[in-house]
Amino acid sequence: MSTPPTTDDSGFEFDESAVRRKRRLGKLFLGLCGTATLVGIVALVALLVDVVVEAWGWLTWEFLTYPPSQIVEHYDPSNYGDLPTGPGGLYPAIVGSIYLIVLTAIFTLFLGVGAAIYLEEYAPDNRLTRFIEANITNLAGVPSIVYGLLGLAVFVRALQTGASLIAGALTLTLLILPIVIVQSQESLRAVPDSMRQASYGTGATKWQTIRNVVLPEAVPGIMTGIILSLSRAIGETAPILMVGAATTMFTPPELTDPTGPFSAMPMQIFEWAKLPDGDFQHVAAAGIVVLLTVLLLMNAVAIYIRNAYDPRG
Amino acid sequence: MSSEPIDLSRSGNDVGTIGDRVARYVFFACAFVTVATTVAIIAVLVEGAIDFFSAVSIVEYLTGTNWSPRAADDPSFGVLPLVWGTLMITVGAALIAVPVGTLTAIYLSEYASPRVRSVVKPVLEILAGIPTIVYGFFAISFITPILQGLGGRVPLLPEPGTFNAAAAAIVVGIMIIPMVSSISEDAMSSVPDSLRNAAYGLGATKFEVSTQVVLPASLSGIVAAYILAVSRAIGETMAVALAAGALPQLTRNPFEEIQTMTAYMVEIGTGDASVGSIGYQSLFAIGLTLFVMTFLMNIFSMWVRSRYREEYQ
Repeated sequence: MSTPPTTDDSGFEFDESAVRRKRRLGKLFLGLCGTATLVGIVALVALLVDVVVEAWGWLTWEFLTYPPSQIVEHYDPSNYGDLPTGPGGLYPAIVGSIYLIVLTAIFTLFLGVGAAIYLEEYAPDNRLTRFIEANITNLAGVPSIVYGLLGLAVFVRALQTGASLIAGALTLTLLILPIVIVQSQESLRAVPDSMRQASYGTGATKWQTIRNVVLPEAVPGIMTGIILSLSRAIGETAPILMVGAATTMFTPPELTDPTGPFSAMPMQIFEWAKLPDGDFQHVAAAGIVVLLTVLLLMNAVAIYIRNAYDPRG
Repeated sequence: MSSEPIDLSRSGNDVGTIGDRVARYVFFACAFVTVATTVAIIAVLVEGAIDFFSAVSIVEYLTGTNWSPRAADDPSFGVLPLVWGTLMITVGAALIAVPVGTLTAIYLSEYASPRVRSVVKPVLEILAGIPTIVYGFFAISFITPILQGLGGRVPLLPEPGTFNAAAAAIVVGIMIIPMVSSISEDAMSSVPDSLRNAAYGLGATKFEVSTQVVLPASLSGIVAAYILAVSRAIGETMAVALAAGALPQLTRNPFEEIQTMTAYMVEIGTGDASVGSIGYQSLFAIGLTLFVMTFLMNIFSMWVRSRYREEYQ
């Protein structure tokens, strides 16, 4: 050994250079791990700053309330004064996205919660149940564009809904269903069995118990899960693109006519981002800011519900 | 009367009102929708693919190196360039997400104080919640210009095109960091402290405990996280459709334009491929290829997790 061993107060011998080397290695490794953690955070900040900087000055009230335009100058606020046709904006796509999410929410609520109730409250522990649960896990890993193909072949073609709001909503429902079911199951599982027993003890039937005791208790958790899943659905582009969401709609879709054509925010953003004219990048960025704001609001509502009803809170 | 013990744990009685009897079947139907979804996905993809392979030889599809479905005189349907494009994105993304995600997980699980963890984890969750279309925009408006700026100055770095695989791979890598880090961190956190303390008792440093005790003990969860993240990268659509381009080619240069399987599907989806045309049918052949690839990875991930799991009491 090159360095003589050092002896500490208690007479314990140790190799000081080895200790120093290990300390340095430890610090180096901590630095590496810390830096890696920063990569994700820096990327998020860069992404948000990039979007906001690109959108700066292009996001106006008119942008939210007017239909899109093919001509990039129509989006430029400095030109608003002398436009014969009015400014360009995101309005039909915003309305389309909202309708899409409302319909998706209705379908998801029934199917997702229903499936979760079956799996948690009714399902016997047998092969079929295990198969259903494994299948749900697997569905969660299927790429969203494949759901788009499913929607295209089943809803648009076979059921002849056309490239419609209802086809888009059904496709998005199937896409988020696995996540909603798993999260609803967790909420139902968190309801203590003693509450069920108490209900049975008063003579309630199974359905009465679920309806009057279990569901009310689980609702906050279920709602949080559904809203978070819907916030994923509202940003999904690939499925509604395959279903045939309109690239550009000049009038908003009608909720009374769910078989009509529709556009949606991510679809419109994709169209803008693809256009070669440099200024369309700013328009796309403005659209992204609107989309991210909606996402943020939905997440805030979900977190509020979670905290407001959190028994520990 | 009967001396048999009555099991009250799972049932109130089902026999009361009609509602009670109907409820069970309604909920089962909801759960069964998920099974029907899987069946429908497979049926739709296989049916479309059969139509496609009646026109194109399956050998040509799987081994051909030229994908030019719209060539008027001599269309060619070799899927390899599209699979190659997908692989380039996937490998590039994994090169970023695997080291960064794993080191982030180690930092969060082994080093970070609860306070730091409670801030960093939600921030990384935000990264996972951002729509992929936004990542695509980030790639073309931020990453690509940086790569182009470096292109002239850094030796050995060729000038990247407007669309290139590298920018897309980088954003897909950023996108899947949270997936790697959160699943890996869960696995690391579930390693019992007794293992760590035993190592400390033997004189191990924190670095040694992290890399030689915690990492091997949680390896099954970490590998499962890698596979899931890679599967996600394979199916990733909008970011690559925007940033990587639409030129299917077998190139080794990541700064050239490529096309992935998903980007091709988007290209056909936004165009007007009429039903029954070879373009429309090719969607399902590609979709089936994609589905099989991600399905195998998801199954593999589940298998790794259950096969190599270390059970701790």
